[in-house]
Amino acid sequence: MSGIGTGYDLSTTTYSPDGKVFQTDYAQKAVDNSSTAMGIRCKDGVVLAVEKLVVSKLLVEGSNRRIFNVDHHAGMAVAGLQPDGRQVVNRAQDEATQYKSFYGEPIPGSVLCERLASYKHVFNLYWYTRPYGVASLLAVYDKAGPQLYLVEPSGVAHRYFGTAVGQGRQSVKTEIERLKFADLTCRQAVVECAKVLHKVHEEDSKPFELEMSWICEESGRKHARVPADVVAEAEAAAKAAAESSDMED
Amino acid sequence: MADLNACGRRACAGDGGGAGAPGAGGAEPHTGTTIVACAYAGGVVLGADGRVSTGNYVSNRASNKIMQLTDSIFLLRSGSAADTQAVGDYVRFFSEQLAGELGEEPSVQTVANLVATMNYNNKNNLVGALLVAGYDEAAGGQVYGIPIGGTIVREAWAIDGSGSTYIWGYMDAAWKPDMTREEAEAFVVEALALAMARDASSGGVIRTVTLDKDGPTHRYIGGNDVPRFHEELPPPAPPASMAVG
Repeated sequence: MSGIGTGYDLSTTTYSPDGKVFQTDYAQKAVDNSSTAMGIRCKDGVVLAVEKLVVSKLLVEGSNRRIFNVDHHAGMAVAGLQPDGRQVVNRAQDEATQYKSFYGEPIPGSVLCERLASYKHVFNLYWYTRPYGVASLLAVYDKAGPQLYLVEPSGVAHRYFGTAVGQGRQSVKTEIERLKFADLTCRQAVVECAKVLHKVHEEDSKPFELEMSWICEESGRKHARVPADVVAEAEAAAKAAAESSDMED
Repeated sequence: MADLNACGRRACAGDGGGAGAPGAGGAEPHTGTTIVACAYAGGVVLGADGRVSTGNYVSNRASNKIMQLTDSIFLLRSGSAADTQAVGDYVRFFSEQLAGELGEEPSVQTVANLVATMNYNNKNNLVGALLVAGYDEAAGGQVYGIPIGGTIVREAWAIDGSGSTYIWGYMDAAWKPDMTREEAEAFVVEALALAMARDASSGGVIRTVTLDKDGPTHRYIGGNDVPRFHEELPPPAPPASMAVG
């Protein structure tokens, strides 16, 4: 694997001769090796979906949550090191409640994103901490409408119509590129996410759970898990689509 | 600590107790005031009298009790002049900071909450009854009443200051929903004039600001032009005929 700096990768405060901070890059690798998480911003809201690989039959279904509430109007999906993810979610929750307490209104998406990005970035600056190995997909619905943000371990943050992180990110991004986000409703996006994640997962034969959340008009502009029956419908459609494309091969 | 007066270490606005400018009845300068704000369809009208008194001495007869916090949010001040100026300055500062972070002007609700937070967290040291009135895209014209202690309540119209006690009946009787801009302006001016007629601590001039999507429009009504009512003397006529013996 190229890029392993001899001696330049031991500390967050060491640049390599070609201008990289390897520790930050390695944190990104932790995210890249995790199972896929994706988000789509539709015309009436945002949908988040995570492919949760089932590691053991002994696990209770629905455990090992990957999507969390940050506030009524905001949610986060986490990819990467899960314990790190828990800390990042806690920080986002604190930012949201403090903002609400001081300013009397829900934290705007752009501000939450900025706060989280600055927070993660700090851990890339000092030798005594390592960067968070976490990418956060933020779904927010505020006065300015629905928004989807991705905050990377380095502190880079962008706003997206659709994006994915983790193992299957390239395939997922290629698939969703063809979608017309401006015309998509959340109901439709839920089905698209299920289809894409099933298709991308086809490669392995490990079982996986689909965890999905949305924030849209239908959910009262509150971040919530997609109802079980809607998920089931979407998965059925996804499996049917996967099978029919198999037969075409 | 011995003074368990509900308003804190000083007596309530309107009294002359406590240390203050010597030879002025022992009172600190205060805005014994009338302030009025009223929302209408499309914006909000706010107004105040102009009198600042230290005991019986009117230290300023044309003061401006309307403080601009952001492009489209204003603060009406009553109570201690110093306290309310300090709160206004802080909130203006925080609002500017927030505007930088948000990339746009903060909402009226947010700024009103900042004022209330200051009043509440410092309630033992502040004597300020404030009104926040402003206009934003999201909720149009809004009025928030923030009395001493730090309560915050959004209202269709609000009044405060020592002069307000004389006009509650008028406000209740004369207010109607969905007023036009002109009706709301007339309503505010009339209310202020009535209060100024009866309250010794209110008087001088009337200043109003009308806020809508196009921004603020300021108006000044000089002392001679303030509406007068039954039994109020008109100002003396100019001495036109002095030449004649």
